[in-house]
Amino acid sequence: MIELTKDKVDINKVIDAVRHKHAGGIDVFIGTVRDQTKGRRVIALEFETYDKMAITELNKIMNEAGKKWPLYHTAISHAVGRKKIGDIAVAIAVSAAHRAAAFDACRYIIDTLKERVPIWKKEIFEDGEIWVSAHP
Amino acid sequence: MLICVNSLTDLKQMKLYILFFGITKDIVGSNKLELDVKDEMTVQSLKEYFQNIYPEFKRLNSFAIAVNSVYVRDNLTLQTGDEIAIIPPVSGG
Repeated sequence: MIELTKDKVDINKVIDAVRHKHAGGIDVFIGTVRDQTKGRRVIALEFETYDKMAITELNKIMNEAGKKWPLYHTAISHAVGRKKIGDIAVAIAVSAAHRAAAFDACRYIIDTLKERVPIWKKEIFEDGEIWVSAHP
Repeated sequence: MLICVNSLTDLKQMKLYILFFGITKDIVGSNKLELDVKDEMTVQSLKEYFQNIYPEFKRLNSFAIAVNSVYVRDNLTLQTGDEIAIIPPVSGG
């Protein structure tokens, strides 16, 4: 399951998508909206996506994870649009027979997402806004 | 056939569809534009084209180009009808 959603990210849906009778473990990563960055107070985050390509890239990353580790299923839901403090930005779930593969694959998916999936985050402050990582 | 003759004369005329995201959308002031190109154009020359028109592009950490939803190298030659996306540094998650 790969989903970009303007609604609330549904953790249970992501977990249910990877359930498998041979799975001995499901690893879950949940990314949430934090209230500050480098000491500056954040009010909200805004996520923009290039939908078509983001889904293509996520598909590739999940296939790569499936080749690197023995997994049953992978699932991801990523938020689009404005999110407030504490909201879920992303949820990833991975099922495998044993926990080591599930932990490693889940980490690979979130780390690689941050490197190359065309999703952008704008931090909204009380007195301005910044596209994250845009400038040196 | 007539159709073939017509398409031959149009061979060098290209139309590129360009999408902008994140900070590049703010710099350009639009999320898309169509570009008519007379000569052959590579990804590198397209990057330089935007850096010249919008000097703020040079201040970015980096920016990549995707053609038809796939990241491409600078030496790729663009084809008419390509959907080109300007990808500033990503920051999902």
